[in-house]
Amino acid sequence: MNVLIPSALRSYTEHGEVEASGTTLAAVLDDLDRRHPGIRFRMIDEQQGIRPHIRFFFDGEQLRELSQPLRSGGELIIVQALSGG
Amino acid sequence: MAQQTGETAGPKAGENHQRAAAIGDLRHVVLLVATRKGAWLYHGDAAREQWRVDGPHFLGHIISHLVLDPRDGRTLLAAAKTGHLGPTIFRSTDLGRSWSEARRPPAFAPAPDGNQALAGRSVDHTFWLTPGHADETDVWYAGTSPQGLFRSEDGGVSWAPFSCINDDPQYRQWMGSAQDGTPDGPKLHSIIVDPRDAAHLYLAMSGGGVHESVDCGQTFRPLLDQLQVVEGFDRNDATFHDPHCVRLCPSNPDRLYQQNHCGIYRLDRPSEQWLNIGKNMPPAVGDVGFPMVVHPRDADTAWVLPMDGTSVWPRTSPDGKPAVYVTRDGGSRWQRLDAGLPASQAWWTVKRQAMTADGLEPVGLYFGTTSGELWMSDNDGQQWQCIARHLPEIYAVEAALLA
Repeated sequence: MNVLIPSALRSYTEHGEVEASGTTLAAVLDDLDRRHPGIRFRMIDEQQGIRPHIRFFFDGEQLRELSQPLRSGGELIIVQALSGG
Repeated sequence: MAQQTGETAGPKAGENHQRAAAIGDLRHVVLLVATRKGAWLYHGDAAREQWRVDGPHFLGHIISHLVLDPRDGRTLLAAAKTGHLGPTIFRSTDLGRSWSEARRPPAFAPAPDGNQALAGRSVDHTFWLTPGHADETDVWYAGTSPQGLFRSEDGGVSWAPFSCINDDPQYRQWMGSAQDGTPDGPKLHSIIVDPRDAAHLYLAMSGGGVHESVDCGQTFRPLLDQLQVVEGFDRNDATFHDPHCVRLCPSNPDRLYQQNHCGIYRLDRPSEQWLNIGKNMPPAVGDVGFPMVVHPRDADTAWVLPMDGTSVWPRTSPDGKPAVYVTRDGGSRWQRLDAGLPASQAWWTVKRQAMTADGLEPVGLYFGTTSGELWMSDNDGQQWQCIARHLPEIYAVEAALLA
């Protein structure tokens, strides 16, 4: 599927849109990390929690669980909620 | 990512260069400046008069610590995170010309199934980096927020939880929660490796106290005797101890100095009783601060930079008049060193990793301020000058010597 990458993570992908596959959010992120090593840990912590300020949307709907199933053909958007100062 | 602007700073010329040349010491100092919004390297000339800036590296990233491996003189590790992304460590083997990310950054172990008392933790940021013993090439230690101890055996490429303390029930109790910690998270810091014995380690936690291992981290135990805690708390409970910075004297590894939330202390091993040397500071200035700097060759000499820790803890220089204080007799007497520093209305202070000494003669001292200024003295602190302004808030300053 097509994955939209926010600017803060483009040092890993070099592109704003990349390809990754999987039937759950967890599987897509694993595949993304295989293609772009290190990117997953910047978004998902070691207790498998989605880090603060990272949001995932699939076809317009926010995903809150890594186990959430994703149908084929959709588009995953990774969003960084702005923070800091 | 690195860029070189070629800017220089430093008003005077001649004297130190002649002195350096006279003793045949042509090593130069590189200052590793970690800030809230990136990292900079300042390369000094042999006389420590001109400084060439290299940076920003990692512009916009929060860099808590930038450290050069003294064993090879070229490997840099940078502890990084951003406002949006999880923590990581970047590594350079060419003094910052190119960087690569750690393959496995510090991360806690998953929580044991069903153990509610020891909930799994996640690293918010790596706060402290310490190169391992000279005989253990490629070993590094890292301290994190929340408090965790990690070790790498491949030069910082992959990291693993180290020792029992990260998930030991007693240590977890002593670490407390974010509610007990410093404003941007409780921290494990001041990881010290005894230069005589790679298995002899010290570490400190804010909060959680000072601890020692003599078996390469298999076990740790507290070293808290005679340390004060905030009035009303139990000094026998490590939870309430807040060491800000602990340093071991290279010229006498049995001597430690400590700047604590509650004073300045010295410990001469094998004694386990810390001696309160902060009580000898002028009462109007007080004995609160964050950095602690030891002399590279004289264990009786150490420097502190006092901070206003009264009332609501303003964390500014006391009365807006910043000064370094030096002891040359192990803490019996302190002397104010403020020549060249602002005489009034200067409300910055210096964080625990942001003051250091080089190994040259006379000793060069360096500190970076919360207001983004980099100051140095090339004569033991007798005279200070500002060598950079307008940087982001400075979190750490290290001085490394390059051949």
